[in-house]
Formats: sequence, C-alpha cells, structure tokens
Amino acid sequence: MVNLKVKIDDLDLKNPVMTASGTSGFAEELTDFYDVGQLGGLLLKGTTLKNRDGNAYPRMAETASGMLNAVGLQNKGIDYFIENIYPRIKDYNTPLIVNVNGSTVEEYIAVTEKVNELDKIPAIELNISCPNVKEGGMSFGISCPSAEAVTREVRRVYDKTLIVKLSPNVTDITEIAKAVEGQGADSVSLVNTFLGMAIDSEKRIPLLSTVTGGLSGPAIKPIALRMVWQVYNAVKIPVIGMGGIMNAADAIEFMLAGATAVQVGTAIFKDPFIPVQIIKGIEEYLERHKILSVSELVGCLQM
Amino acid sequence: MSKKFVEEFKVVENIALNSSNFLIKLLSKKALPQIAPGQFVNVEVKNSKEIFLRRPFSVFEVDYTQNTMSLIVKILGRGSKKLTEAEDGDTINIVYPLGKSFSYPEKEDKVLLIGGGSGVAPMLFLAKESGLVKENVDILLGARSKEDHIDVSDYAKYGNLHYTTEDGSLGEKGFVTHHSIFEQINNYNKIYACGPDAMMKAVAKIAKKEGVFCEVSLENLMACGFGVCLCCIEPTQKGNLCICTEGPVFNIKELKW
Repeated sequence: MVNLKVKIDDLDLKNPVMTASGTSGFAEELTDFYDVGQLGGLLLKGTTLKNRDGNAYPRMAETASGMLNAVGLQNKGIDYFIENIYPRIKDYNTPLIVNVNGSTVEEYIAVTEKVNELDKIPAIELNISCPNVKEGGMSFGISCPSAEAVTREVRRVYDKTLIVKLSPNVTDITEIAKAVEGQGADSVSLVNTFLGMAIDSEKRIPLLSTVTGGLSGPAIKPIALRMVWQVYNAVKIPVIGMGGIMNAADAIEFMLAGATAVQVGTAIFKDPFIPVQIIKGIEEYLERHKILSVSELVGCLQM
Repeated sequence: MSKKFVEEFKVVENIALNSSNFLIKLLSKKALPQIAPGQFVNVEVKNSKEIFLRRPFSVFEVDYTQNTMSLIVKILGRGSKKLTEAEDGDTINIVYPLGKSFSYPEKEDKVLLIGGGSGVAPMLFLAKESGLVKENVDILLGARSKEDHIDVSDYAKYGNLHYTTEDGSLGEKGFVTHHSIFEQINNYNKIYACGPDAMMKAVAKIAKKEGVFCEVSLENLMACGFGVCLCCIEPTQKGNLCICTEGPVFNIKELKW
C-alpha cells in the first residue's frame, strides 16, 4: 500500500490531487458524479466581498488543446457563501479552500477575515492573478511591491494556511514567488491562466466579450511545468502546480518538477472524473516504480 | 442536484435525416436513468486535435426497455460534423442527464409545441412524454425549406403536425410566428419552444403580449455542462444564470426578453 498523503504547511491532504478554483464551483456540482471526499482538496470558486455578475457573454472560446475564458469572477459574495453555501458543504470529507479575490487590499482583507471565522476552512488561496477583471485581480500579482503588500496585509489577519496563486503573465515568476514568500505565504500555487485572445476571422470580431481572456488546458502545460520547476528552485515553501493537467502522467511531471500537490482544472470540464482517475493513476505509478510515498516524487527530476 | 453520469455509449444507428441533420441512436450498457424532455447530454468528440470541449445536444428519444437514447445532431461546425461521421459499433462518451426539463402540462391543457431546425428534438420528446391526448397538442415545425424539415410523421400520433417554411415549399410560408395558428394563440394554455434565438424571441414576444404561459429552451456556448465553469450565462431577472444548470428551459417571465 503506497502512501499518497502530502502536507502543505498545516494542511494535511490525503492525496496530492485537488481541483482548481473556478473549475469545480463550490464543490456541490461534483457531488452529482461522485463522493468528493476522495479528492485531496477542493479549491472553491473565486469569492469577492460583494456580489459580482461577471463579464458579458460570450465568456468562452475553444482553442487548440484548450480554451479561453473571461468569466470575470461571477459570484454572490462572501456573505452569501457563508450563509447559504458553507453550511451545505462544510462537512465534505476533504479540505475546502476559499479562493479569495479583491479589487483593493482592503477587500482582500475583509474577505479573508470573514473566512478566518469558518472552522471548516483550513486554508485560503489568495488570488492575485485573475486576468479577467478590470480592477484588482492580476494587477496585484504582476509586480513585486503590490504582491508583497497584499500578502503582507492578509497575513496579518490570517493565521491558517495561506496559499498565494501566481500569475504566469509576468517576466520572471520566481521574483513574485520570492516576494510573497518573504511576506509570509505558506505556499504558492501556479499557474493561473495565460492572457490570450481569439478572433472570428469571418466576422472579424473577437470571440470573447472582453476581447482577451485566460487560456487554460493542455496547451499551457509545458509553460506551466517550466514555471513550477523554476519556482520550486527559487523558494523554500511548498509549490502547488497546475496548468493543463489531464492525466496521472501530467500530474507526476508537475510533482517531479517540484510540486508538492497539484490542482486539476479545465480537465474537469471535459470529464469531471479526471481528478479521481489521476489519484488512481498516481497510486499505480508508485506501485509500478516501487515508491512508498508520493512525497518522494517531489522535485526528484533527474538531470 | 440529481445524479449525473459519464458513460461510453455504443452507436447502434446513425441515419442522415437530411443534408445537415443526423439521428444517432446510442445503446447504454446499463439501465438508463430517467431523462426528461428538455434535458441534454454533453458529448465528447474523440480523436480530434482541434476539438477540446464536449458538444451539447437535446435528447430526442429514450427507450428504457432497450436502454437506448437518440439524439438529433445538426452539423454546425467541426465538432458536430465529426460526430455525424460515427459508425455503428463506435463508442461515444457522454455526460448526462444535464439541465432542467420542461414543466409537464396538466391533463386539461391545450398545448402548442414549436420547434425550429434541430429544436424539433425536445419538442417531439415532450409531445411523446406529455401524456396528453393528440387533440390537445399542436406541433408547429419551422425550417427554411422542405428539404430542411425532418420527417417526423411518426409523431402525428402524439399531436397535430403543422409546418412552415421560409420559401413556402412545405406548409405555410414564412417564419413559425407567421403561421395561422398564431391568429388564435389564446386557445392555448401552454406554449413550449426550442429553436434559433430569433424564433424563440418572436414566440416569447407574442406569448408575453397575450399572457400565455411559455417555456423556451436556450442554447449557448458551454464548456462543462454541469454548472462549474459559468460560461453559458443568460442575463435573467435573477442576474446571470447558467443555461446548463438553471436551464436550458426557462419560463419567459424569468428572461430579460
């Protein structure tokens, strides 16, 4: 029997496979297919202080080996989550992690303080990398001073596990990773979507209402993998890897590159069972290679 | 929330209904769950480098005794075209059953079902499943021309069939809302429609004006089909709602039409 357990700061995961924020709603939708208690963790839909309607339609465009989205953080706000959703999901047998968003540092702090009150939320993922909102979002994550500022202020009010989600839309992602590590982040998760666009050449119009959006799916995997490897070599805190993971082999590549755990995102749109298939696939890989614990894979890329 | 499945179905029949519509009958290995008219399935397009996401289709027919489910697949782009090339014995991976169904009419209701193009699929399914006597059901089908209509004469036993074509080659000439049935639209208690947006909006406008109950089945670009991606939104009186989970069937009162 192989050991699939991993640890991210104080967060004990029964296996390293989590779902990425924005791709599994508030987890309830997946329960229509299977018991989400099988998963290592669930990153809940991006949540803001107030209700957000998100961007106008069309919000999605299919691309080669992936898709662009411009959802724009549609959600009903943290108070609605606490009153209406949290009571229904709090007893799922897997760590629930709130993805915290804001337009200002004060908003990030306000959402975090409210989440801090929730017993069954052991961690937050500070999203400083959403490319689909006009104000805040990614702008915090593309410069060291702003990434440092928001991490520092949130750290002051939050004593549980703080994961900071990084944007790939920067010149050097390791600088941002080191900056948030320096301000007390317990882990970094990467990467969020890549800024991209798609055009209807017949109509000569952009395919997204926002013109540009976030690219995800297998198309981004090699770039995400490179960034995980670079960040793993630049920081001491655990790295959570994501970007186009479709199967167990992809997940193992990310762990070899340095990810302690992974998040599966766009693959869920194609098949909601992919995260549980990946868990099984990792187990089989470990047995086949006679490796006792999945944590032995982390950063074990042979050069 | 209701139980959903991901399953490999076997193609047992793929018939060209006309130049752009195909009827694909799929066999399940296990007993099918209850599937209601208006619900849809999300179909994987295999072996394509260009196509990443699934394609949604309304359910046309379910035979619980044979464990088969039929879809009408209209060629709209590369994904649907590839699906229409499926051969007997191929397998197709499907996420189902998805979305909310039409509300069933009451026994005494006089019902008008309006289908445009491949929107006939859920309408005929509803006609068959509604439990109403034929006299209380009118089925109005619209298309560009006679060649674009699908032969649905089998459904004459569930309702009175009426046709419109834009070129007048079958039934009355014009759009569905030009059909003479609309002269006495107040005769109906319930109108159900599925088809192109412009058609449904025209139907909804009349139903709203006349105060007749009306449900429409919307279609939109979607990635997941089960409510997690939030891409297929429709602005409604309650804000942006996902067509895949809050719909695809909406009462027109909910919409901002």
